Amino acid sequence: MTFAAATSAAATSAALAPAAATSASAASAFAAAAPAGTTSVAATLLLTAPVAAALATAAGYAVLGWRPATAWAGLVSPATILGCAVVLAVRVPGHGPVTGYGGLARADALSAWILLVIGAVAVLACAASPAYLAAENAAGHTDARGARRYGILVHAFLAAMAVAVLVANLGVLWVAIEATTIVTAFLVGHRRTRASVEAAWKYVVICSAGIALAFLGTILIYYAARQAGISEASALDWPVLVARAHELDPDVTRMGIALVILGFGAKAGLVPLHAWLPDAHSQAPAPVSALMSGVLLAVSFTAILRYKVIADVALGPGFARTLLAGAAVLTLALAAALLLGQRDYKRMLAYSSMEHMSLIALGAATGTRLAISAVLLHIAGHGLAKSVAFCSSGHILHLRHTTRIGRVRGLLSQAPVLAAAFGLAVLALLGFPPFSLFASELAIARAGFTGPAGLGWATAAALVLVLAAFAAMTARTAHMLLGPAPGQNGGAAATLVQKDTPVQKDGAAVAVPVHDGGTTTAMPDQDAATAMPARHGGGIAAAPVQDGGTAVTVPVRFGAAVWVPLAVGLAACAALGVSDVPLSSLLSTAAAITGGP
Amino acid sequence: MSTGTYTQLLDLACGVFLLAAVLVLWRRELTAFVRLFAVQGVALAAIAALSGIHEHRFELLAVAVGILVLRAGVLPYLMRRVLATSGETRETEPLVNVAASLLTAAALTLLAYAAARPLVELAPSPATRALPVGLAVVLIGFFTLVTRRRALAQAVGFLLLDNGITAVAFLATSGVPPIVELGVSFDVLLAVLVLQILTTRIHATFGGTDIDDLRELHD
Repeated sequence: MTFAAATSAAATSAALAPAAATSASAASAFAAAAPAGTTSVAATLLLTAPVAAALATAAGYAVLGWRPATAWAGLVSPATILGCAVVLAVRVPGHGPVTGYGGLARADALSAWILLVIGAVAVLACAASPAYLAAENAAGHTDARGARRYGILVHAFLAAMAVAVLVANLGVLWVAIEATTIVTAFLVGHRRTRASVEAAWKYVVICSAGIALAFLGTILIYYAARQAGISEASALDWPVLVARAHELDPDVTRMGIALVILGFGAKAGLVPLHAWLPDAHSQAPAPVSALMSGVLLAVSFTAILRYKVIADVALGPGFARTLLAGAAVLTLALAAALLLGQRDYKRMLAYSSMEHMSLIALGAATGTRLAISAVLLHIAGHGLAKSVAFCSSGHILHLRHTTRIGRVRGLLSQAPVLAAAFGLAVLALLGFPPFSLFASELAIARAGFTGPAGLGWATAAALVLVLAAFAAMTARTAHMLLGPAPGQNGGAAATLVQKDTPVQKDGAAVAVPVHDGGTTTAMPDQDAATAMPARHGGGIAAAPVQDGGTAVTVPVRFGAAVWVPLAVGLAACAALGVSDVPLSSLLSTAAAITGGP
Repeated sequence: MSTGTYTQLLDLACGVFLLAAVLVLWRRELTAFVRLFAVQGVALAAIAALSGIHEHRFELLAVAVGILVLRAGVLPYLMRRVLATSGETRETEPLVNVAASLLTAAALTLLAYAAARPLVELAPSPATRALPVGLAVVLIGFFTLVTRRRALAQAVGFLLLDNGITAVAFLATSGVPPIVELGVSFDVLLAVLVLQILTTRIHATFGGTDIDDLRELHD
């Protein structure tokens, strides 16, 4: 962020610079506690457990269904993923990559970092799920069958992402990322409204076709590797390809890398195949949007980072840099333009994801070690902040039955805790300290200006566009949070509005029970019809009515199941911004894998 | 098998493979799409079997049988079921008319030959010389995907794209490693199942499968 330029570079280096001294920190103390000479059994267990736990949880939901007793069992698989990620994070920086299954599965520092992010975001999303599904159930948008399917698919989704992070074979990596598309298709379309069916269709068609191009790219790299004399078994093996990248035929590799960046870029929300993203992220259930935006984009981008290492050796650093910087600036321009006119808060968050992914792509294009560690920190900070933002947007949807920004006003006085969580998450996404996105955005910009020649202009353009997006998101969020609460007359005490209150033509208090708000998001006629009486009623907005006739009190209070995940997510994002010392050795090792000098 | 026979048979299979893709652009009936796709599946299996026999790698014959079952059997069967439930038989007016589509297919094939030159030069052989055919089918599949309006026609476009990629894999490197091939086939099968279910849902919620009706979401 430009406003942050005043802050001295010292702040950034304190937060980011891979200081050698920090490697002798708590991390290595844990490493000593971890099993000393990790046997191959322990390594296999470490690489299997994240996937196995997620699949087992999915199977458990298939058998038992989603009920109050099993709702919280969904935390088992994210907790396992997080636990394995922590052990890997402690072990890998000192002892090198962990491998298993004859080299098919492999976890290096980059895998450990991304697995850590997957685990953290998945814990938040799965902790937010019971409250979200209970509200969906109460509103009649889903039933026991729908909830069971949700449980199965969410955990299968986590398993697919864990596989994508933990494999060394680039072909299997592709299979896992395509599997995430298939698994999430029905999650996007779970409400079965016209809008969500449309979003699901676009999602599957654009992502499958886009990622098919990445497979063509993978085949071309395989062809180049085979012609370079690498054996069939290891020609798609990432470590082998990196070690022998200089032997690959440059022309074939160039085509392959271009297709791979185009294809995985589609799943990472980069132009030109980005059109599915705002639709899918706005229609999916809020915790799934959190997972898709917070980690799936990052997992796909990690695939690009892996190929970039091969490309940098085989073709020189210029080729991937040009493609990534071009995609980054175009995506950012598109996201900023659409944020300026945005009227739907879930789509606003989706375009904000594209904004952040393009910053990540810009950092990757820069490619220095500082830039890559900023990119990885940005991935983590964005994952945490965006999952809080999406999860709270789900509760806002349940409270107000609409996703239109224009019809959400006075959230801060109606539901202070929820509004505070949403507001803080948006502040984090805008890059305010103490959240970690402040440090990482600053470092990406700094690396862009001091890094390789030619990126200065791209970085400058990106900063201008980020500023436009900043202004748009600030104005939209302020509109949602501030103002008088619905049901309040000029700040007076809450009026209880019964569901069966007849709608008065020009009375003082007009209650408009809005039932099926989620489906009305994109229907202007219905929208106008419900908004109209509120305007006639002397500024008293429509009052949402929950749970069949129960009155809504102001302020609305939420149980711990709602606010604890949000608070934990925000605290984690802030903690990461204040100090990443416990993670710095992992971060610097991971940055060294993909980063240049 | 002598090299001459092998080359002729391979060229024949590749010719059928490309022709099936071009004919998809020519025909309007959705049933014809499915039939052409099945023919293309047979040609693809033949390409796989021929490269297996030529290189004396007989495990490729098993892969060829798998391709035959999946792409000429299961996938066309699934698409016919979609047709039966939706009751729609014809593609509505496509965005680009047939004559222009066929000209575009010719242009895309030329483009594929131009783009594939470095691929052929890396290891010239009868198989890699046929490689541009695979790329041409990829491009034609993409073109079908963006210009056809029925949900099923878009699904066929996606599958043409996928067939083209598989053909490139066999012509360039005699196929990818078995574990990847297995995963890819499984993914494609599931993707088609998902598309089938979504087509049914589109039909139920929109009263037809014309993708142009899908305009709820836009900015």
